[in-house]
Amino acid sequence: MTTQQKPILPERVFDFDSLVHEDRVHRSLYTDPAIFDLEMTRIFGAVWVYLAHESQVPQPNDFVRARLGRRPLIVVRDSNGVLRALYNRCTHRGATVCRRDRGSAKAFQCPYHGWTYLNTGKLSGVPWPEGYSCDFSRPEFNLMQVPRVESYRGLIFATLNADAPSLTDYLGPVRRPIDEWLDRHPGGALEVREANRLKFNGNWKLLYDNSADGYHVVFSHRSLLMMENRLQDGDGKGMSYYKDSPDSGPVKLYSFPNAHHFKDKRDAIPKRPGALWAIEGLHPGMEHYEAALRRDFPDRADAFLDLASSEPVNINVFPNLHILGNHIQVSEPLSVTETATTWYGTAVVDPDGELGAALGPVNALRMRTQEQFPTFGEVDDLANFEQIQAGLAAEEDAWIYMHRGLGLPERYSDGGDGTTIGPATDEVFMRDYMRVYRRLMQTEPAIAPTREI
Amino acid sequence: MGAPAQRDPSTSSYYVGDAFYAALVRAFTDWDRDERAIADPARRDAVRAFLEREARLLDRGDYAAWLAMFAPECAYWVPGTPERGDPSREITVAFHDRRQLEDRVYRLGTGYAWSQAPASRTVRSVSNVELFATGDAGIVMVRSNFLIAELLDGELRHWAGWAGHRLETTGDGFSILAKQVNLIDCDRNLRNPSITL
Ligand code: FES
Ligand SMILES: [Fe+2]
Repeated sequence: MTTQQKPILPERVFDFDSLVHEDRVHRSLYTDPAIFDLEMTRIFGAVWVYLAHESQVPQPNDFVRARLGRRPLIVVRDSNGVLRALYNRCTHRGATVCRRDRGSAKAFQCPYHGWTYLNTGKLSGVPWPEGYSCDFSRPEFNLMQVPRVESYRGLIFATLNADAPSLTDYLGPVRRPIDEWLDRHPGGALEVREANRLKFNGNWKLLYDNSADGYHVVFSHRSLLMMENRLQDGDGKGMSYYKDSPDSGPVKLYSFPNAHHFKDKRDAIPKRPGALWAIEGLHPGMEHYEAALRRDFPDRADAFLDLASSEPVNINVFPNLHILGNHIQVSEPLSVTETATTWYGTAVVDPDGELGAALGPVNALRMRTQEQFPTFGEVDDLANFEQIQAGLAAEEDAWIYMHRGLGLPERYSDGGDGTTIGPATDEVFMRDYMRVYRRLMQTEPAIAPTREI
Repeated sequence: MGAPAQRDPSTSSYYVGDAFYAALVRAFTDWDRDERAIADPARRDAVRAFLEREARLLDRGDYAAWLAMFAPECAYWVPGTPERGDPSREITVAFHDRRQLEDRVYRLGTGYAWSQAPASRTVRSVSNVELFATGDAGIVMVRSNFLIAELLDGELRHWAGWAGHRLETTGDGFSILAKQVNLIDCDRNLRNPSITL
């Protein structure tokens, strides 16, 4: 390989100490395409990024397309069962090799000139090789791939950074809520069953800023809360527990190291079987399936109905994974002003048959309970994110504030392991993650993609 | 079994269960076949007028009149994949029963649905209307194409696809048993999919 070339245009240099303060961040983080490009390397190239769930590639040769930042990837379980993240970019002249979203393939043939790669990434054939003088068995002609791909209990992450800590260490204490979220399902097992797929005209960080935000709920989701409670007396349904004085209530915010955070709303729900089901909004088939489950499983119906209900947690893994309710929500930066956010629905798998005949009804309910929020809630947040992006066109009005709670140490307690615990509407999670963001943006990661198999 | 008052599909959902889903999936599988096409111009005209009225009511935001076009026990189904799948097993773009259709309309009327505040302006074109017989003389399946122009936040954009209506003949016209809306981009990431299709 040739030695490192100087870029033809000088790279712009940013002073992130002056763009990210303790209490505020500069608008250019959300509007400057050059900062966005840098993020694709220094954030998405530096940390573990969520790619897919193992249930999307259950068998050898199964694949699904994904992106790491903007790098197009094929996430594949190769013929030997090894999870890989191959660049979906032909080594020859760069064409997209695989153009199906998902499927099963032992090999991928580039449609342009027919170079063929095994699903390990190894180049296996080139048309009319006598026209070349090189040795195609050398790894330099294999598909590029992400060097480190690991699954944490079914959640597949990858990092390009040779110096990144292990995935387990990167996750750190956010593993506890992830484990608890998984373990509420029989066998700790889940399956992805399609998705509510959304996007918005705004920067990807607007979504991360919102991910543990308990401040916006009763305002941004006002129409949803009204809708969920329209047929009954009082406000017991949905996220009504954010009303009145949420900061003195049982909802807690956990800000973890490495920019992860967790909004725990479980203590807002009484600890008894059926309590989660009792606050579910109204969905198609609710009364039908509830009656059937109570008839067929009188002792276990409440527990089954809770399994169909939305788990009151928001678990956010920097930079692009959000586990909330029963969803695996993944965000993808498309450009400085455009972001995709895909809400994968999950189904209970029940590997040991604990649910018996209740499995079908639980999942039938669960599909509907999961559609409610993206359809009637998230769309309003995304509209608000778009209006932030529009507002940030005001160049002189340059700052975005995140100082709720700052200077009020009595609002926080130490959760150990570098964790800060704060009240429901606090912005400490945003200050903490922006500190991590600033450090990452000031560091060149050891990006080390490989072509070795 | 609920008392009659509990069975009002506007306030409870007893009719959506395994049998309902299975019948719905069956009704929307392999139904638009040549040998079932109904050529009668008078029937086609009547159905076309019905769909054009539906489009007009939605464009005007006259949701009460639009809801009245549906049967009490109905379904509004926007599949999330071109294969359409089985909504009892997978996530859809939208799957509403009667009560949730009313929820949708209620939410839009609150004034606090920020994705629709101000409400989008829409103009719908409905075309390629074809009728297909079912095993039941009182029920007809209709396939139509649609193109919706939407002005959202000052910007003009479009939704395209085809719809399947399962219509029951009533004394003075039709009533919608189920409407399936097939967006051509149903499995792509959609920006602000909050208008009613
Ligand atoms: S670009 Fe793929 S074979 Fe030429
Ligand atoms: Fe929200």
